[in-house]
Amino acid sequence: MKIAIFGFGAVGRGVAKVLMDRERMSRVLGDYSVVAVADSRGSMVSDSVDLRKALEFKEKTGRLPEGMSVEEIIENVDFDVALELTPTNIETGEPGLTHIKKCLEKGAHVVTSNKGPLVVAYRELERLARKKGVRLMFEATVGGAMPVIKLIRRNLAGNRIESIKGILNGTCNYILSRMEREKLSYRQILAEAKELGIAEANESYDVEGIDSAAKLVILANAVMGMDVKFEDVEVNGITEITPEAFEIALEKGYTIRLIAEVSESELKVGPRLVSLNNPLCVHGTLNAMLIQTDLAGEVFVIGRGAGSVETASAVISDLADIRACSDDL
Amino acid sequence: MAIVTLVVELKDKPGQLAKVIEPVSKHRGNILSIIHQREKKTDRVPVEISIEIDEKNVQKLVESIRAQGVVVKSYNEVRLTATTSVMLIGHIIHTDLANTIDAVDRTGFAEVVEMHISMPCLDKPSTAMVTISATGEEELKKAIGSLKNICKKKGIAVIEPLEVE
Repeated sequence: MKIAIFGFGAVGRGVAKVLMDRERMSRVLGDYSVVAVADSRGSMVSDSVDLRKALEFKEKTGRLPEGMSVEEIIENVDFDVALELTPTNIETGEPGLTHIKKCLEKGAHVVTSNKGPLVVAYRELERLARKKGVRLMFEATVGGAMPVIKLIRRNLAGNRIESIKGILNGTCNYILSRMEREKLSYRQILAEAKELGIAEANESYDVEGIDSAAKLVILANAVMGMDVKFEDVEVNGITEITPEAFEIALEKGYTIRLIAEVSESELKVGPRLVSLNNPLCVHGTLNAMLIQTDLAGEVFVIGRGAGSVETASAVISDLADIRACSDDL
Repeated sequence: MAIVTLVVELKDKPGQLAKVIEPVSKHRGNILSIIHQREKKTDRVPVEISIEIDEKNVQKLVESIRAQGVVVKSYNEVRLTATTSVMLIGHIIHTDLANTIDAVDRTGFAEVVEMHISMPCLDKPSTAMVTISATGEEELKKAIGSLKNICKKKGIAVIEPLEVE
C-alpha cells in the first residue's frame, strides 16, 4: 500500500509517528510505504519517505523542505491512498476539497480528518468515490478517536438511526465541566484553557458551537441519510453561560453541556440541561455520543475527541479498513 | 392547579356567558380561552371554555354553573402531567418577566409552576430556572417553543433540557 500524507500539522505528525511503528502497523496494513509527505509549504517525495527525518525537519523549521506541491504530487506520484489531513475550512472546504476531488478522480482512496470538504460537498464526494470505485473514509472527522462512523455503518448495520445526541467538542466540555465544579466564570476558565493549550488562541470556532455543528452535518449526511448543509443547523454556543447557571441547574438535578443533536425533527447544537445521571454527563475534554436505534436500542460511546495520536488512531483504522476491503492492497 | 375544559350550551342571546363567567370568578378560576362553536349551533351554541383552577374547586364550579340553568354538556379536568425545567440567561427582569412567563401560561395547556432566579449584580445577566408543567409531552414541547420565541425577541438565551421527562 502506497500512502501519501497531505497536511503535516498535529494530526499528520501523529499519523507519521504511528506509521513509524512498522512492526505493529504492518499487521493491519500489510506492506506499506509512505511515498509523499506534504504541508502547505513543502514536501518530501520518494519510494519510502523517511518519516523520522520529515518529523525532525518539521520540528526544527516549522515546515517541510521545499518540494512539489500537493497538487503536483497528486498529478505525478503514484499512490493508493491519500491521507488528507490539512486544516478545516468549513466555508470553502479548501484546500482539502480540491485535494480529495483530484485524488478520487485519479482513482486513489482517501482517508481524511478534514471536516471542511465533507461539510461543503459530502454528496458530491461520495458520488465521485462510488463512480471511481474507491473509498472515502472520514472516521477522524467526528469524535476523534471515538469510533462513530464505522460503528454505525458497520456494527449497527441494518438499524435505523433515530437520533444522535453527542458531545462533540472537548474544549467546550472542558470549560463547562470546570465551570460546574469550580463555580468560576466562563472567561476565567477560557483563559486557563488557552494557557493549557486546550483552547485555541481564537476560540470562537469551538465555543460558538461551529465545530460541533460541522461534525453534526457530517453525521446527518453520512449515517442518517440526510442531505443537510451547515446553514441548516440551529447553532448556539456556550459564551453566555453564567457561573450561577450550574448551581441553579444542580438544584433540579441537572448540569449543562454543549449537545449536538440530530433526528428527523431536530438539527441543532446548543447548551442543554443534562440530567446528572445521563451518560452524556461526562467531564473534561472527553467526547461522548448516545445513538438511538430501532433494533439495538441505545448505544453509548465515550472517548477522546481530539489529540494528535488519538486522531491518528481513527485515521489508521480507516486505512486498515480500506486494506481489508481491497484485494489488491 | 388543574386545567379544566368545559363545554356548556348557551342560548344565543345576550347575557348568557356571564352565567358561566361569574361562577368561575367566584371559585377563583382563571379563564384561559373561550371558543364559541358556532358551527355546531342548534337552538343553543356550544361554548368551550378552558379554565385554570384549583382541583378542589372543580366540582363546586360545575355545580354552580348548572345552578344558573346552564347545561354543562361535558367537562374534563386535565391534570398537568408533563413537567420539565428550562433555563433562561440574560436580562430577564428588565425585559418584562411577567410577559415572558405569560408566553407559556397563555397557551392554555401549560403553565410556569416554579421559578428560581439568581441576580448576582445589577446590569449583569440573570439566570433563571423555570419549571413548566403541561397537559402532555407534546404540549410541553409546544410551550417551550413559545417560550423560546419570546426569549429570542428579548435576547434571552434559553437552555433546553436534553430530555423532556
